[in-house]
Amino acid sequence: MFHWKLALVLGLCLPASLSLWVLWVYVENWMPVSYIPYYLPCPEILLEYLQPKLLEQRPTELLMLTPWLAPIVSEGTFNPELLQHLYQPLNLTIGVTMFAVGKYRPFVQHFLESAEEFFMRGFQVHYYIFTPKPEAVPSVPLGPGRHLSVIPTQDHSHWEEISMRRMEMISKHIAGRAHREVDYLFCLHADMTFRNPWGPETLGDMVAAIHPGYFSVLRQQFPYERRRASTAYVADNEGDFYYGGAVFGGRVANVYEFTRGCHMAILADKANGIVAAWQEESHLNRRFISHKPSKVLSPEYLWDDRKPRPPSLKLIRFSTLDKETSVLRS
Amino acid sequence: MVYPQPMALTPARRDVLVLTPWLAPIIWEGTFNIDILNEQFRLQNITVGLSVFAVKKYITFLRLFLESAEQHFMVGYRVTYYVFTDRPADVPQVGLGPGRRLAVLPVRSYPRWQDVSMRRMQMISQFLEQPSRQQMDYLVCADVDMKFQDHVGVEILTPLFGTLHPGFYTSKRDAFTYERRPQSQAYIPHDQGDFYYMGAFFGGSVAEVHRLTKACHEAMAVDRANNIEAVWHDESHLNKYLLLRKPTKVLSPEYLWDLHMLPWPSVLKKLRFVAVHKNHQEIWNR
Repeated sequence: MFHWKLALVLGLCLPASLSLWVLWVYVENWMPVSYIPYYLPCPEILLEYLQPKLLEQRPTELLMLTPWLAPIVSEGTFNPELLQHLYQPLNLTIGVTMFAVGKYRPFVQHFLESAEEFFMRGFQVHYYIFTPKPEAVPSVPLGPGRHLSVIPTQDHSHWEEISMRRMEMISKHIAGRAHREVDYLFCLHADMTFRNPWGPETLGDMVAAIHPGYFSVLRQQFPYERRRASTAYVADNEGDFYYGGAVFGGRVANVYEFTRGCHMAILADKANGIVAAWQEESHLNRRFISHKPSKVLSPEYLWDDRKPRPPSLKLIRFSTLDKETSVLRS
Repeated sequence: MVYPQPMALTPARRDVLVLTPWLAPIIWEGTFNIDILNEQFRLQNITVGLSVFAVKKYITFLRLFLESAEQHFMVGYRVTYYVFTDRPADVPQVGLGPGRRLAVLPVRSYPRWQDVSMRRMQMISQFLEQPSRQQMDYLVCADVDMKFQDHVGVEILTPLFGTLHPGFYTSKRDAFTYERRPQSQAYIPHDQGDFYYMGAFFGGSVAEVHRLTKACHEAMAVDRANNIEAVWHDESHLNKYLLLRKPTKVLSPEYLWDLHMLPWPSVLKKLRFVAVHKNHQEIWNR
């Protein structure tokens, strides 16, 4: 009798304490601000890095802040180890979309191998390879915490068609899947390769990269869409930088809004029988004027190897593979 | 909106650092275009709180503080002044612009001025735990013996900001007056530290200011239990906190100056928020 009552009491206590534990975990995670009682007791964060020098003459350098106070990221503006230490505990997953469609398929291997060496080392990464031929995606060994998913697409014959569909495909992919899998998402062109570290200095709410061909050019000469009939139209006295369509990214929810906005604008143009001068890049640039990026990457992050490297760019991190653009478009 | 094109090869300021090593902007005149920023912030319909402590004789600084804030602080935005005071009846009547209001929060005073200063952290953190905090997007915490004399606007708004102390922005880190005794929670060794921030002007989002003030208050309680008081009180703890939890913007000494102690240097194109001269004998402990 005694043991039976004891068993009953224990049998009741166990689920009670279990539900209390579940409640505690739920409350802990629900609190909008997690309280750290004193200071972060993490000595690794305190690195012996050089003190920042506030007053220093800088003769030749890039602009480091946009007029709306977005950092312009280039070598020398940040401390990579410090940023690594600040971001790693956040346990982030960084997604990358890449379109291996038509003649861009051979570039996947090179892209992935260089990304494994240089892109977000030490972070969880998820590559999304959009391709009509999933079986042709090469098997590239990935480091721990790094995954690859192949997203099947339709095969489009024209290069422009692919370009115009990208925004739509990215936004649908985020809504359908990526928003659950990644915190940040970068949308990169396939025909490029990483040559130097690309790290958490690039993370931000909404990130754009300055096009290598136009960083020292007046805005009137930017190849914006100049026909008023297009939704991508930019007037002569508008514009900050000419951003490259090959690199953009940010928090996954913001990238969704951005790509959806571009896609809607592209559709509106299509209904009016007009295709913008540089397809999605024109629409991207239009959108970045009214929805300014919170962080801008210098042309180190989007370089064209055919150009001679100016001294102001110290470390090329992501650049074109040797190819003839005209060959690919034909 | 038409404005000059930013040029990638032409830095706005060549004489000062405008970005910290963790990519937080350092705000100096010339680094920002206020029209672009106003366009961005007006869309968000924000309310900015400005907290100030007017305890004992410091209440005499309130009128000039508030009147100058009306001229220069977040003009055109919804602003709520939170005046923490032990003499609510002596809060001056200051005419406020549209969308701007003042709330008086009665608090107790402390016999020692050091405690008056340090307890601000506790009082702000407790205040932010009340429902009224939901009305605010950002909170700026300022010393009262100051006046605004030039634009202080949305360029400062960010999740967490600190302001460079005017006495130390040219100093090496081992000359910063951090707390140097390892027994204190505010301890920072000589080979560490980014900047020396002043306790007179800091702020950010409600969540981040709450986290900061709560952490500083609890650290000071630990120090009190261990019979130690940091050399510069709440300012020492603020500096420790901002070392470990880096601010997302840093304000230049344009935002905190004292013309009685320091001449106006050429590197500062504007002096926006400056100390008001006080007679210490008259003010302390009365």
